[in-house]
Order: sequence, then C-alpha cells, then structure tokens
Amino acid sequence: MDAKVDMPVTEKAKLSVRNLNFYYGNFHALKSINLDIPEKKVTAFIGPSGCGKSTLLRTLNRMFELYPEQRAEGQILLDGSDILTSREDVSLIRAKIGMVFQKPTPFPMSIYDNIAFGVRLFETLPRVEMDERVEWALKKAALWNEVKDKLNQSGSGLSGGQQQRLCIARGIAIKPEVLLLDEPCSALDPISTGKIEELIHELKSDYTVAIVTHNMQQAARCSDYTAYMYLGDLIEFGPTAELFMKPKRKDTEDYITGRFG
Amino acid sequence: MAAILPANSYDAERQLERTQPQGSPPVRRRVAPWADTLFSLLAHGAAWLTLALLAGIIVSLLIGAAPAIKHFGLSFLWSSDWDPVQEKFGGLVMIYGTLMTSFIALLIAVPVSFGIALFLTELAPGWLKRPLGIAVELLAAVPSIVYGMWGLLVFGPILATFVQQPLQSLFSGVPFLGALVSGPPVGIGILSAGIILAIMIIPFIASVMRDVFEVTPPMLKESAYGLGSTTWEVVWKVVLPYTKTGVVGGVMLGLGRALGETMAVTFVIGNMNQLSSLSVFEAANSITSALANEFAEAGEGLHQASLIYLGLVLFFITFVVLACSKVLLNKLKKNEGARA
Amino acid sequence: MSTSTMSALDAKRLAMHAKRKRVNQIALSLSLAAMAFGVFWLLWILFETVRLGVGGLSLQTLTEMTPPPQADTGGLANAIFGSIVMVGLATLLGTPIGVLAGVYLAEYGQKSWLGGTVRFINDILLSAPSIVVGLFIYSVVVARMKSFSGFAGILALALIVIPVVIRTTENMLSLIPNALREAAYALGTPKWKVILSVTLKSARAGVLTGILLALARISGETAPLLFTALSNQFWTSNLGEPMASLPVTIFKFAMSPYENWQKLAWAGVFIITIGVLLLNILARLLFKNKH
Repeated sequence: MDAKVDMPVTEKAKLSVRNLNFYYGNFHALKSINLDIPEKKVTAFIGPSGCGKSTLLRTLNRMFELYPEQRAEGQILLDGSDILTSREDVSLIRAKIGMVFQKPTPFPMSIYDNIAFGVRLFETLPRVEMDERVEWALKKAALWNEVKDKLNQSGSGLSGGQQQRLCIARGIAIKPEVLLLDEPCSALDPISTGKIEELIHELKSDYTVAIVTHNMQQAARCSDYTAYMYLGDLIEFGPTAELFMKPKRKDTEDYITGRFG
Repeated sequence: MAAILPANSYDAERQLERTQPQGSPPVRRRVAPWADTLFSLLAHGAAWLTLALLAGIIVSLLIGAAPAIKHFGLSFLWSSDWDPVQEKFGGLVMIYGTLMTSFIALLIAVPVSFGIALFLTELAPGWLKRPLGIAVELLAAVPSIVYGMWGLLVFGPILATFVQQPLQSLFSGVPFLGALVSGPPVGIGILSAGIILAIMIIPFIASVMRDVFEVTPPMLKESAYGLGSTTWEVVWKVVLPYTKTGVVGGVMLGLGRALGETMAVTFVIGNMNQLSSLSVFEAANSITSALANEFAEAGEGLHQASLIYLGLVLFFITFVVLACSKVLLNKLKKNEGARA
Repeated sequence: MSTSTMSALDAKRLAMHAKRKRVNQIALSLSLAAMAFGVFWLLWILFETVRLGVGGLSLQTLTEMTPPPQADTGGLANAIFGSIVMVGLATLLGTPIGVLAGVYLAEYGQKSWLGGTVRFINDILLSAPSIVVGLFIYSVVVARMKSFSGFAGILALALIVIPVVIRTTENMLSLIPNALREAAYALGTPKWKVILSVTLKSARAGVLTGILLALARISGETAPLLFTALSNQFWTSNLGEPMASLPVTIFKFAMSPYENWQKLAWAGVFIITIGVLLLNILARLLFKNKH
C-alpha cells in the first residue's frame, strides 16, 4: 500500500524511505514503506499501538542492528545516499541522526560529562571550546538556566522533564542533522511536556525532526507533516493541517475522530 | 489546526538567547577503531578461559587418578579397604561419610531454614525483619574453619554429655535405633559432622528461601487471605508452590555446599578410615576430610592417585547434584506452563 | 435453607476452623523456634569466638612468628602476612578475568552457544568443592615445580574468585536497562565504550560488591591452600616458597593437643571472623549507598 507523497516542490527531502520492509524474526512488521521526510520540518508519526511507528523510527538510525533477529530490506536515503548499505561506519551515521527515547536515560556521570560524552567521541576540543559547546547545547535545549550552577552534579538528580531535555541537549551537542524523538513526552507531566513541545518548535529551524507520538493532539500542535500508520502500513502522509481537517482516506478519518483507538 | 505555536513574543525572547548558529557540518573521526576488536577479543578470551579451566580440572584429575583407576577400576567405589602400607585402597568409607553427613545436614537444615524463612517473611515485626535478615546473611559469610573449630572444641563435648550419652542410654537394647546410637559418645563422628554442616548450610538455604518468598506477588497472598486462609495455609498452599523453583534451587545449593565442605567436617568427623558399625556416633571420614588429612604427606604413587580418584568421585557427585537440580527445575517450570 | 441446616454447616465450619487454627498456631510457633534456633547458634559461635579469641590476642600475636609447640611466646605474624598477600594477589588476578567473562555473558553472549555453555560451566565451577581446586593446582603447578609455593596458593584462590565475580558481574550488568545502552549507541558510541563508560559504570556498585564478597570468601578458605601453599613456620615473602596462611595455621594448631597452639588458633579464628564480617558489612554499605 503506497501512500501518495504530497509535498510542495520547494520542500527538499532529508530522509527518503523507499520500499522498506522490516521483520522481527518471521513477523512482517513494516510493509513496503515509501516516504519522504522533509528537511528542517517536524514530521509526526501517529497510529494505534503496534502500527510500526517506533519500528520505523528505529530503522532510520539503524538501531535495530543491535538485535540479530530484526532485519530491514529496502532503502533509506539520507541526502540521497542509502544508509542501510553504506560502507561508512555505523557510528558516524548515528552521529548524524540523533535519537531521544521514551524514558529519559541520563548517563551515570555529571551533567557536563553527559553532554561532553558524545562530543568526545568524535572531536578533541580544548577545555574552553568544550565548555562553550556544552553551554550551547544546554541553551538550545532550554536547560541552561536551570543547571548552569550544577554542571558537576549527577544527571540523575534532575527532574524527569529536565532529564529528558538533558538527553535532547546530549543529542544536539554532536551537531546531528536529524533528530528522532520516540514518544519523548510519554513519561512526563503536562508542564514538562509543554516545555518540550516549545523546544521542538525551536529545534526545527536547525534540524529535521521526526517524532513518534501516541498523542494526536501533540502531533497536531507540534508538527508540520504527519504520517498515519496502521498495522505496518503507511496509510496517509501529508501536511498536518490537511491530514487532520481533510484526511484523504477513511481509515485516517476513523482514527482521528476516535472511532477506534 | 495549524502546527504553529501562537507565541510570537516567545520567539523574540528566544532570539536573544540564541547563540552561534551552526556552521558547516563538523569533521568527525572515530576514536581508536581497533579498540572495539581488542575489547571484544578480551571478553571472548575470558569466556573461553573459563571453558579451558573446567576442561583442565577434569583432565588433570583424570590423569592424577589414572594409576588408581587402572589398578582398582570401579570396585574402588564399594571397597572399604584403606591400607597405605599394603597399597590397598577403596573409597566406600569416605563416600559413605560424605553422603551420610550431607544427608543428616539436609534433614536438619531444610525444615529449620523453611521455618526461618517463614518467620522472616510473615511473622517478624517490621523493626526486627532487617536485623534478623542481616544476621542470617552474615552467618552465611562466616568461614567454615570457624564452625569446625567451634564444633571440635566447644560443641563436641557438649553434644557428648547432653545428647549422645542420654540417647545411648535411652535406646540401648532397642533393635534398630540402638544400633544407630551405639559407638563412642565422645562428640566426634558422623552425627557431629552432620550437625555442624547443618548449622553451616542453614543460612544459605534460609536466605534463598527468604528471597523467593519475598518476591511472591502480594496480590496472590491477599487472594488467599481473602478466602479466609490462615497464615500457615497461605504459605504452605500458595507461596511454597509458587516459589518451588527457587526453593529447590536453594536446597540444591545447600546440598552442594555440604558435599564439598572440608573444614567444618574435618575437625569433627574423627579421621577414621574404617567403618565399624552403622552408628552415627562412629568416627569416620568424608572424601574431603580424607584429602585434607592425608594428601600432603601421601607419597607419589597409588596412595596419592587413590586420593585424587576420591576427589574425582566427589567432583562427579557435585556435578550430578547440579545437573539433577537443573533438570528438576526445568521440569517444574514446564509443569507450570502446562497448567497455565 | 432452614436454620437447622445452616447451624449444622456453621458447626462443621467452626470445628474445622478450630483445627485449622491449631495447625496454624503450631506451625507458626515452630517457625519462631526455628528462627530462635538459628540465632542461637550464631550468637553462641560468635560469643565463643570472641571469648576464646580475644583471650589469646595480644600485640605479640600480631608481631611474632608461629612458635614451635609448647613454647611460651609466639604469634601469627607470618600467617597473617601470608594470608593478606595471597588473598590480595588472588583477587587482583581473578577479578579482571571474572569481570571480562561477566561482560562477555551480559553484552556479547546473551544468546550464543558459547554464552550458554560458559554459564553452565560457571555454575559447575561455583559449586565445585574448593578442595578439588586445590588438587587441580597441585597437579598442574606443585607437581611440576616440585615444591609447594605461595604462587600456587594464589592461583588456587584466584580460581575460586573467578566464578563468583563472573556470576555477580553478569547479574549486575543484566539489570541495567537496554534503553541506557541504546541511548549511547544512538550517539554513535562504539560498543567497547558503551560497555566501559556507560553500562559497567552504571553497574559498578554491584560489581564492586561482588568482588568484595569474593575477597571475603577466599579470606576464610582453607582447603585450596592445604596442598598448594602448604604452610611455613617462618616468615617468607618469597612466593616460590611454601607460605603460611591464617586458615591453614589454624587448622594445624587447632587439631593439635598443645595448649599454646590452641590459644593461637582461637586468636586466628577471631581475626578471620572479624575481617570477613567487616568486609561483608563494607560490601553491603557500598551497595546501599549507590542505590
């Protein structure tokens, strides 16, 4: 089932998914997905549990390769070149495509070191420049003011919302081109959720953002484009406003209006 | 429903806070790409080393015992001769000693451990639970030589006066029991060793039982209480069946320790290589105590080889116990699946 | 249902209930007795150890060498030194191997045949009688070198440390949630760095506790030293020679009929017990603090 990719000509595709099929062992989890994720925009993935939206997100940075029974067939083009068959080291690919998970995962080290961790993998910066990078990343993640006096304290001492913003800052610090957010607010209270949504709006001026969410209203609030998935198929994809107000397919309309959950 | 936030003033605020925009994509290089291979090699190497160790132990035991195996064959296992002078060796006494002391130890330790675990999980008032639990765990850490020495110099004499002698006068003349408690009531022998072993393994078994009792889901117990069960019924009919895999594991753990224990047994078993009667008051030997007492001086040759043969037998016994416990646990798990 | 049937039912229930209550009471009292039984032995053993041990303890004990039988003076200095050296070096030798193998089991070999085999073998090694380990080292080292040595004793103790550390390391690493590992991978971290800087680091309290517990365990082990390091009446810091150790010395002295030797044996037992208990308490505190 191919979706019509409805994109204005001016939108450049950052990530293009072509004929992607994904398997958990024998289970066919993603069925022939074709999709273009536009550059420097927020694309949301919605759909009921088990529809494959997280699975799709996790193919984009080859996270599935950690588990031998999972495999992907097809193409995922980042700026035109296929990352699934690329001969480049997967670590360098992942450095271009950052990911934030459902539960905040601060590393067992200070806030400063959490941010610097990724940077140190790829660059050797003198202390002054590293300080600047850490500050920049924390400001971008709207966390600087809250932690600037306690950079040497452990990351796990922060609140849930702060930890999640720490994880976002950590991902930004290595200057990726794409940010994948897998239900980043599902473990957070409404106020922290609001702050993260503001942040997403901020981030899209510099990064291409793909966000998976259970919460349709969140998708409607935050995203420019929305993809609706069901049982491994991409049912519909289009600008958020159109998808929510005038969905092209009945399945989409049924989901959005709550006829099934 | 547009995906644009209404806060324009917010944008203006953020403008001020924004620092340097991104320049050109950064140049990235990997840190030490060979490190992954090296680390993986080290980890795999350590795993293979463990394999090699076990193989090495079995092979070296076989080689060391070879002269005795060639000379005596399997009859070693049921011959009770042990004569270094005439070079006639048979391991029956030691094997019997090992098995009997462990049996006595389990007989005492399993019910007592169960009682302790029951007390710690159901009866103990909150303030008492932690200190008692810690006390039990610390008991498990006490080195066995302490038990052995205490058993020989403190417990043995008391056992002789207050238990063995009365028992002997009580059962004298009674057909089977009388024979069981005949023999010199001096506080050393199979019974003493069995009791010391029991005291030693109680903390292990009790800790494991306590741990598995504790992770029983409270709702399971509440359902039983809700039907009007007494505490005892809840534990016996609900908790114990639920935790039986852990309980069996704990008992096997205790058994394994009892079989292989050297010091707690050597002090009090009496170091006698003959078995004059079936009495549990008799001095005897276990495989471990025979090794501990004789190996260092045993001359190279049949004596030493026979001792190593005994060590091989002991290793085999503990292996069989371990394998049986794994098989038993697998069967129990399968039965649970079928019922569900 | 008529009232008579109801009261008959009630009467039956009451009779059964009385019986059940009695069974409950008996069972619970027995359990209390069992608990008292356990605590009693612990207290008695500790009490005797302290009483008889402190009695034989003095500055002499810590500074003088092991005496010949029936001598007036003497201490346990060479035995204490030998124990510290052998236990310390054995831990240093066994820990890296144990941690690496534990890392293999938790991070590389979760489903491989090697992983399954190593786990099973580790179970065997864990439950193997420690005297068998002594036999193994004897055949491989002592018989070759034609002499007992401290070095052989260290190897034997290390072989006891390794399975303990493997088990605790694997258990602690398995408790770390996968999300943390994935977050590190998502940044482009190579596997070795994920393990060292994130996973192992998060689990370090538990892993250290396991190492401490292994150390405490071998401090009290006698059997593996009986025919590897043997014992030595005099002071030696040469690992190629037989070396005295506290447990073996206690064994020799306690089984003897000489009173001065028995007194020293109690002092030795006291020292070992205190040392082991302190190590265990330390390991507990360490674990509690990080959680």
